[in-house]
Amino acid sequence: MPDEILKMQNITKVYPNGIVANKGVNFSVYAGEIHALVGENGAGKTTLMKILFGLEHPEEGAIYLKGEKIIISSPQVAIRHKIGMVHQHFMLVPSLTVAENIVLGMEPSRRGFIDIEKAIETTEKLSEKYNLKVDARAKIADLPVGQRQKVEILKALLRGAEILILDEPTAVLTPQETTELFSELVHLKNKGHTIIFISHKLKEIKEISDRVTIMRHGKNMGVYRTQDVTEEEISRLMVGRDVVLKVQKQKNKPGDAVLHVENLSYTDDYGKNVLKNISFSVRRGEILGIAGVEGNGQRELVEIVTGLRACQEGKIYISGKPVNNLSIKQIRELGTSHIPEDRMTYGVAGPASIGENLISDRFYKKEFNTGLFLNLKKLNELTARLAKEYTVKCSTPKLAVKMLSGGNIQKVVVAREFSSNPKLLIADQPTRGIDVGATEFIHKKLIELRDGGTAILLVSADLNEVMEISDSILVMYGGEVVAYFPDASRITEEELGLYMLGVKRQSAEEIGGAFYAKKHAV
Amino acid sequence: MDNLFNIIFSTNFGYAVLRVTTPILFAALAALISDRAGVINISLEGTMLAAALTGVIFSAYTGSAWVGLLFAVIAGIFMSSILAYFSLYLKTDIILGGIALNLMASGGTVFVLYLVAHDKGISASLASKVLPQIELPLISKIPVIGPVLSNHNVMTYFSLIAVIVVYYFLYRTPLGLRIRAVGENPDAADSVGISVRQIQFVSLIASGILAGFGGAYMSMGYVSWFSRDMTAGRGFIALAAEAMGMATPIGTFLASLLFGFADALSNSLQSLRIPAEFVQMIPYITTIIGLAIYASRRTQRAGAKTVRKEVKA
Ligand SMILES: Nc1ncnc2c1ncn2[C@@H]1O[C@H](COP(=O)(O)OP(=O)(O)O)[C@@H](O)[C@H]1O
Ligand SMILES: [Mg+2]
Repeated sequence: MPDEILKMQNITKVYPNGIVANKGVNFSVYAGEIHALVGENGAGKTTLMKILFGLEHPEEGAIYLKGEKIIISSPQVAIRHKIGMVHQHFMLVPSLTVAENIVLGMEPSRRGFIDIEKAIETTEKLSEKYNLKVDARAKIADLPVGQRQKVEILKALLRGAEILILDEPTAVLTPQETTELFSELVHLKNKGHTIIFISHKLKEIKEISDRVTIMRHGKNMGVYRTQDVTEEEISRLMVGRDVVLKVQKQKNKPGDAVLHVENLSYTDDYGKNVLKNISFSVRRGEILGIAGVEGNGQRELVEIVTGLRACQEGKIYISGKPVNNLSIKQIRELGTSHIPEDRMTYGVAGPASIGENLISDRFYKKEFNTGLFLNLKKLNELTARLAKEYTVKCSTPKLAVKMLSGGNIQKVVVAREFSSNPKLLIADQPTRGIDVGATEFIHKKLIELRDGGTAILLVSADLNEVMEISDSILVMYGGEVVAYFPDASRITEEELGLYMLGVKRQSAEEIGGAFYAKKHAV
Repeated sequence: MDNLFNIIFSTNFGYAVLRVTTPILFAALAALISDRAGVINISLEGTMLAAALTGVIFSAYTGSAWVGLLFAVIAGIFMSSILAYFSLYLKTDIILGGIALNLMASGGTVFVLYLVAHDKGISASLASKVLPQIELPLISKIPVIGPVLSNHNVMTYFSLIAVIVVYYFLYRTPLGLRIRAVGENPDAADSVGISVRQIQFVSLIASGILAGFGGAYMSMGYVSWFSRDMTAGRGFIALAAEAMGMATPIGTFLASLLFGFADALSNSLQSLRIPAEFVQMIPYITTIIGLAIYASRRTQRAGAKTVRKEVKA
């Protein structure tokens, strides 16, 4: 009989807005295991863990640690009970160094001053002990997310965490960083730590966890030894139906090019050449996927094409019009839609309502106005229709968008961007960090748009997504296009990986194939 | 024009710049500490005013300028704890709280002045004391530098030392680190068990202490009396100085010097035949221009990589 280190019994949590996030949940973990907690977005995983970490307080239920009942009233109490949490959104101070962040709140000092050398030494020792490599003197602001996450883990470990909660740690990581994280987690486990791992990527769960608890709509749907359940079973318990992991679509019939990118180069503020002479086209009725490890210029490319970032060198045409220095609004008015990578910053206005977010790209148009005032009747009709059509789970479109779960927020963005009949759609990480159901829905809609003749540029760190959805694939590495595959169905994951990691690259001619002759769809 | 240069390039003028920079510098450092903790203290104007009057009254009654200074600082702490209590515990908007305190200080000091000095304008009837001037040994003998740097009020030297103290406090002490953490990402501070409210409270108190020094200097150094609304917007100019100084101690010091320069210029030019009303505008116009330049440079830098400008298609 394994040793049950922690037990949460009959936990019920109702948020002030009436949402019941946890309904009589029982949850328990064994000492020294990696326990996966899975469920769709909004299933209540984060809430359950916030209760365990003292950030939220349950209406009902009890928590037992090593058989003893404890009351966790605040994070400090949780830390005292050796429970640590790495949040979905990192809790770091960007202008401070790694060491400063790690010792924050328990700074070593000498004669009233911070002993910074000691802090660095502590950090380095800890980093060595747990094999989590970080540069103690680096500023957080300069670090990639993978590194920041390590800092968060170290922070928890320094405070003595024996039970470590990781809330969707892989949502922000590149495949390489994920692999690294997993080996670090196994290392931690071998050192006797207990890990609670939240995720909804089934592959990862199978790979890393010993047991898995599945949540749906605030309830516990079951606990299994990971080796005893299949991915299909887990996904059925999560969403209550068999998710079609394979995307169904017809072969496409691409038309003329809508987007031309010609010899685009970009040097960032630090003088790094993040884009080097990039040329490609996206054609009507085609989904062009950009594969590549994150940080290889994809973000800059998308930002320049959509107008978020100034263009330095090269030419961009949409439907034959040069758009190099048009404003975002002008680019949009050419029939461009954009699903941004960072939905909370660029996708929605958090405190505004669902309805307001749905119309934010068109409220100024004549058809929605009556003289000085907005035509509310018409706008309300539209938002109600869109919320329904895109299955945004909400009681009313008047609810603030930030109250929704990630998947539903993304559906709001998608509803707005897809419903304006775009000629060109730039979809940047359209399904990152959202649940299986919403992902499937968005994929289906993408294909529908394509079949309707939209040209789609899909940027995604999720290799499966790129390969399943795209008609043709472009691979970016080190700010360059290193490969172009006109037919996405004829390439394997392994081969794509070689290009993504820079092991292989195609000849200039093959890459040049991505740029189609200057015939423009109108 | 010659006259102007004669004025600026005189040791008297150099001396005057430091003299008028002192209250702005204290207040700007006060703004800095609270701002770094994420609580903007716009009640500095009123805090200085209250401290100035308190200093005068207590120095008059006890016959000691130092006791006056002590009570001026206590008045500063008192004002900022009111602000802290209302904004941090009762959750009043801190800007509205600051405005209320400024108004209260402006009227309240006149009221108290009338009670103790039977005058609504000036404390001339009180035998208040002045903090001493200090002659710097050796330095006072050096030509040019001596007359500029030596023989200042002790508070002027304090204000310069305060720049260094604030610097070390913010960047080298555990409390300073926590203040910066709280100001930049309160959730991060909270997640490691730092009480955000407590840190912000402490910062506002520190802010009150510095503003108290500034107020004491106004009535017991800069001049030797209290007069109604004598801070004349310095608490607000200080906020501008802190913003222009990018919320760093050194930057704040330099920006304060710039405003001190404008203030000194305005004082000196009153001896020339330029309308006084016009000359008196100089410090405030400098503030506006300074802020405009600062803001446009900042947006330029940020704009380079963000939104591009609308052009005709
Ligand atoms: N602070 C909050 N206030 C109100 N409702 C919330 C809050 N946080 C989460 N919710 C709601 O509670 C439900 C569960 O959310 P959460 O625990 O974050 O789910 P998960 O982590 O599984 O995606 C969702 O419907 C969400 O909208
Ligand atoms: Mg969550």
